[in-house]
Amino acid sequence: MAEKPAYPPLRIDGTVYGVALNNRNEIACLATSFAAAPYKEPPQAPVLYVKPLNTHLAHGGVVSIPAEIPEIEPAAAIAIIFDRDTSRVSEADAMSHVAGYTLALDLSRPTDSYYRPPIVEKCRDGFLPIGPWLVPAGDIGDPLSLSVSLEVDSVAMGDLCLRDLARPVWRLIADISDFMTFRRGDVLLTGLTPPGARARVGSSISAVATGLGRLDCTIALEKSV
Amino acid sequence: MKRARIAWHGAIHAATVNDDLASFTLADGRNVPEAEVVWLPPVEPRTSFALGLNYADHAAELAFKAPDKPLIFLKGPNTFVGHKGFSRCPADVKQMHFECELVVVIGRQGKKIRPEQAYDHVAGYTVANDYALREYLENYYRPNLRVKNRDFCTPLGPWLVERDDVPDPMNLNLRSLVNGEVAQSGNTKDMVFDIPTLIAYISDFMTISSGDMILTGTPQGVRYLVPGDEVITEIDGIGSLSNRIIRA
Repeated sequence: MAEKPAYPPLRIDGTVYGVALNNRNEIACLATSFAAAPYKEPPQAPVLYVKPLNTHLAHGGVVSIPAEIPEIEPAAAIAIIFDRDTSRVSEADAMSHVAGYTLALDLSRPTDSYYRPPIVEKCRDGFLPIGPWLVPAGDIGDPLSLSVSLEVDSVAMGDLCLRDLARPVWRLIADISDFMTFRRGDVLLTGLTPPGARARVGSSISAVATGLGRLDCTIALEKSV
Repeated sequence: MKRARIAWHGAIHAATVNDDLASFTLADGRNVPEAEVVWLPPVEPRTSFALGLNYADHAAELAFKAPDKPLIFLKGPNTFVGHKGFSRCPADVKQMHFECELVVVIGRQGKKIRPEQAYDHVAGYTVANDYALREYLENYYRPNLRVKNRDFCTPLGPWLVERDDVPDPMNLNLRSLVNGEVAQSGNTKDMVFDIPTLIAYISDFMTISSGDMILTGTPQGVRYLVPGDEVITEIDGIGSLSNRIIRA
C-alpha cells in the first residue's frame, strides 16, 4: 500500500557518512574476533565509511548489479541530516544540529572483514537508496523510539531501534564532530540492521520505519556494455 | 595552463595563474597580484579517492608488503585546505607526518574505462599533502577517517595544471620539505598502480565524474612534525604546495 506523501522528496546535497559496528548486539557477537588479527583490539573511535555521490539513489530506484555478483547484502539505517555546520559539539548540544531524519538502504557486496575501507563493497553505483523524504526533527517525538526494519521480498530480515545503538546518536555526533565538521546537508547513517541479509537480481528491498515512511528499491541485472 | 580558485575582494573566483606565478587573471580579464588573494583548493571536492601503500618503498618502510590490489579510501570535502593554509596538530599527537601526492583530477564522466583511454578522462593534476596522524590509526576500515578525514588536514594545490601540459605524469620527481630541508623524495614512476590502472580499476565498479580526484599515494620518507613547522610538498612540473602546522 502506497503511503501518502507527507513531505517533499528528499534531495541530498551533502556528504553521506555511515557508521559500522554500532549495533550493540552485533558488537557483542564479534567480541572474540576483535581480539584477534588483524584487529587486535575493539574499535575505539566510531567505525566510519563514506557513501559517495554515485551511490545515491532516490526512493523507488533500480540498482543494477553484474552477473558476477550473485548476491548483495542489504542493511537498513536511520539517517540524520544536519541542519548547520557541526563541529566539536557536546553531547548535550548535538541533537539541536539535526534537521531531521530519513531512511537509507546501505547495500554491500557481502564481506566479513572490517579491516580495509569498504570501497569495492559499498561504493557501486546506486548502492545507497535514501529517502523518501526528510521528516523534520520537530515532527519526531522521541528519536530513541525510532526503529527501522529491513524487508527483502516482503520478508522481515531484522530491525534496529535507535535505543539499541552502541553509541547513541548524540555521542556519535559529539565524537565524530570532534575531528571533522558535518556541513549543513551532510548525512550520517546512525547504524545498520544486523548483518547476514541477502538479495539478488529480482529482489525488492525496503526500509520501513513508523514515522519515517518506507524506502524501496529493486535489484536488476546490469546490461553488459 | 594553470587554473586556481582564489578569494579576492570578498568573492571567490576561478582564475588562471600568470606566467610569473605571482599574479592571476580573472575570468573578466582583471589582473590580481598574489599578495591580495587567499588560495582555495583548486578543485571543489566531490568524490575524492586516496591510495594507501601505492609506492613499494613506503609500504616497506611501514612494514607492509605492497598490496595486490589498490588500497583505496575516501575523503570528504571538509578535509581539504588551499595553498598557504594551516593544518592543526592536536596536543596529544606526536606522530603527524606529511605525505606528498600527485592528484589526478577527473574531467569527464566514465564507467568501465579501459586503461588505454584513461587519460581521456583526466582534466589535469595538482599536489596534495595527505597528512597522517598515526596515534589515531585503528585496524577498522584502516586508514580510518579519524586519521585521514580531519578538517583542513589535506592541503591541495596551489593550482591545477591542465593534462596536456604534463607530458608524462608517470615520471615526475616529488619531494617534501620541512622548514626548507628535504624530508621525503621519490618519483611517480615507482607507483605500484599507475594512473591508467587506477582509473580503470575504480571505474570498473563505479562511475567517476568530472571533479572527482584521485590522490595517488606517497613514496617513502616519514618525519614527525610539530606546530610551527612549514611543510612544502612539491612535484616537478606541477607545483609547490605550502602549509603550516598549528596547534589545534
